[in-house]
Amino acid sequence: MTAKPEVVLEARNITKRFPGVVANENVSLKLHRGEVLALLGENGAGKTTLMNILYGLYHQDSGEVLIRGEPVRISSPSESIKRGIGMVHQHFMLVPVFTVAENIILGAETGRGPFLDLNVARQRIRELSQRYHLDVDPDAYVKDLSVGQQQRVEIIKALYRNADILILDEPTAVLTPQETEELFAIIRTLTARGASVIFISHKLKEVLAIADQIMVLRRGRVVGETTPREATERSLAEMMVGRSVMLEVEKGEAHPGAPVLTLENVTVLDDRGQQVVNGVSLEVHAGEILGIAGVQGNGQTELVEAITGLRPVHSGRVRINGRDVTNASPRRISETGCAHVPEDRQEDGLVLTYTVADNLVLNTYYAPPFAHGIVRDERAILDHANRLIERYDVRTPSALTLVSALSGGNKQKVIIARELSREGRLLIAAQPTRGIDVGSIEFIHHQIIAERDRGAAVLLVSAELDEIMALSDRIAVMYHGRIATTLPAASATREELGLLMAGAQPSNAAQEPVTDGRAVVNVQRRGV
Amino acid sequence: MERAESQSPPQADRLAPVRRLLRAMIVPVASVAVALAIGAVIIALSGANPLVAYSALFEGGLGSGRAIGRTLEKATPLIFGGLAVSLAFKCGLFNIGAQGQLLLGAVFAAFIGFSLQGLPAVLHIPLALLVGAIMGAVWAAIAGMLKAFTGAHEVITTIMLNFVAFNLTDWLADGPWKDRSPGNIVARTPAVAPEARLPDIAGVPLGMILAVLAAIAVWWLIWRTTIGFELRTVGQNASAAKYAGISVRRMTVLAMVASGFLAGLGGAVETLGVVGRFQPGFNVGLGFQAITIALLARTNPIAVIPASLLIGVMQAGASRMQFNSGVASEIIDVIQAIILFFVAADSIIRWVLRLRAEEGEQVTLSSGWGS
Repeated sequence: MTAKPEVVLEARNITKRFPGVVANENVSLKLHRGEVLALLGENGAGKTTLMNILYGLYHQDSGEVLIRGEPVRISSPSESIKRGIGMVHQHFMLVPVFTVAENIILGAETGRGPFLDLNVARQRIRELSQRYHLDVDPDAYVKDLSVGQQQRVEIIKALYRNADILILDEPTAVLTPQETEELFAIIRTLTARGASVIFISHKLKEVLAIADQIMVLRRGRVVGETTPREATERSLAEMMVGRSVMLEVEKGEAHPGAPVLTLENVTVLDDRGQQVVNGVSLEVHAGEILGIAGVQGNGQTELVEAITGLRPVHSGRVRINGRDVTNASPRRISETGCAHVPEDRQEDGLVLTYTVADNLVLNTYYAPPFAHGIVRDERAILDHANRLIERYDVRTPSALTLVSALSGGNKQKVIIARELSREGRLLIAAQPTRGIDVGSIEFIHHQIIAERDRGAAVLLVSAELDEIMALSDRIAVMYHGRIATTLPAASATREELGLLMAGAQPSNAAQEPVTDGRAVVNVQRRGV
Repeated sequence: MERAESQSPPQADRLAPVRRLLRAMIVPVASVAVALAIGAVIIALSGANPLVAYSALFEGGLGSGRAIGRTLEKATPLIFGGLAVSLAFKCGLFNIGAQGQLLLGAVFAAFIGFSLQGLPAVLHIPLALLVGAIMGAVWAAIAGMLKAFTGAHEVITTIMLNFVAFNLTDWLADGPWKDRSPGNIVARTPAVAPEARLPDIAGVPLGMILAVLAAIAVWWLIWRTTIGFELRTVGQNASAAKYAGISVRRMTVLAMVASGFLAGLGGAVETLGVVGRFQPGFNVGLGFQAITIALLARTNPIAVIPASLLIGVMQAGASRMQFNSGVASEIIDVIQAIILFFVAADSIIRWVLRLRAEEGEQVTLSSGWGS
């Protein structure tokens, strides 16, 4: 008898190849009862592939999986559920117009014959909710729940199916700092009652806070196993990246000048016609970075789209350099000197089937020197590409390589190169480092600061609070389509920002006068 | 994979276009080969000798000067149709309406051809061709506008417009523009004036020369101009196009107009070069064969020429095959349909040959319905 509790899940020498890449090579892991195993790694390190093998979505090329010591061949998710493995995906799999109970029993309906019997289910959900302090009402409609609550519904869904091994895939990506704390409390309750958790993340702080064991993956291989006691943020980052990294961004004092971007009471509707930006007013000055913090889905995406002409401004005014560009075409806005790093680089920022060179002129292809009349100047386009590849350190075999062949970080560098090389007066960068490697993040952060120091106004939108705090000179927090307040970055704290991101009223002490900030009536969306 | 210092050696780079071309040809060539093989099995099952049948087929298409002339005649409108469908594909549009646009072009070219008399050929021919092409463009523009402004899917609208075109041209040929010469009882227009007929230039039909020039022009437009870049960008990724400041609506209408222009030109060339008048039933099927050709050519304008010649050979040799081997000439339609099947569902061929999916610009057969 050893002191270690039993091993509930074990993977031995898992190898999985996809055409051209080895996603997992000889990966082994052991998960003990009541333990949180954190799987740390950059995007593309092979975390998700490994979990999909354990969950039965893929099958390994070699190696074996053991559940409670017994070798198993998991060929489908329903089988892994039967064996007690539950997975909470990054994107929730819930039906918004169903109640919590209806969502939970979906696929495991109880009842007599063709008739549903929800009462049994409701009862069990209440029990589970109480037992693990999940605080979920089985009769609430999912569409009325906050993101954090929806995540708890997903957890109950797994528990309802008697899962005692939970895989949480980047569970904090959509949460505020406070919601993250609540999630951690839930995870601790779960493990205290005998469940085991695999926690996938690329956030060092969180891994150190919640894990019992940490396993670091890089390029499909296990490059380190450690515990929070032995590891530091720096050592983990080095393991993840394979070299020493700068965690802090160095930047000098800002020298703000005249306002470049001015928004006056801007409202914007989403695709369903819901008003998701509710009267935002702000100014971004030359030579400063204004960061917009906020949990994803609070109107940031739509706000950026409205400023750049991709989505109609419902009411209010947008001015760039004093010129009214409300509802102007994307081309006209771009020509005022507005560079835009879009949130979704695969979908909006790049044409993946084009070469790097063509992507580098994606929005300037029509003007000299790249075109004369309607005739493209291939030579000029290629020269331009070679210059930018050099200057922005884009790692590509050649300018004529298809951009789809590049890594995420290099794809993003192509966009950064294209937008920054235009030397505009305004840069709008939305989620500029989402899902890319640490090396590229460092590079892009430096470029954004250089852009500010050159005198451009920078509007930075990011869901990563660390990024906002590291880069911004002023921070605006967006919640339910409103900007409650704008704080100077120097005095803002994580806790304060976290509270604002969760919809708390700004404390008057730290508040800077903003037209819209004073009398915000907090419209709660979960009114039912 | 992050560090890409491993620059590919320049020698390999120089051969890259050749390798890319060869790789691009694998699926079309294999599709034709498999279709011919299946055709051979069907011929054998029907009791004839496939070798006899196929040698008669190619003899009929290539065996003599007259055979080659017939092949060129069949291939010419196919090139225009194939270009029309390819161009629309580049913008992400599936123009099934080439048939209707071609009919409009054919009937209006005939009208200009027979209604104006005494005009010199240098004016009469360009005028008739241009009016035919413009009518094809107008017909396609209807579908383009419906797509751009209401989101109505072009596959649906162009199919519907085909029916309208069939009946409209039937009515014109049997009504207001009917050949009223004594003795004529069928629906057809009068013959076009001799000055409007397309001549041969140095032994090559003028229509064929125009078709090849059109292919070069379309290639240049797509790959060497900003308009082509806009068109392709909309076809590859409409939301990136919007981000890049390109008007998706404008390009949708423009691509349909250009596509219809080419199809209408094809119809006009057929009328002025081959038939000499408009007669319902003469051009049926061309617009649909054009889809096979566009896919066989993988929407490459230059490759449309050999693809059209191949189908042209089959069309031209079909009756010789029937005569020599007793195999019904309809077997050619079956083989064409099988080719279409394999080039459209090229993953089947890829699976058979164990090929990886191709890199580069993709042909989207149908982007989301109704959006």
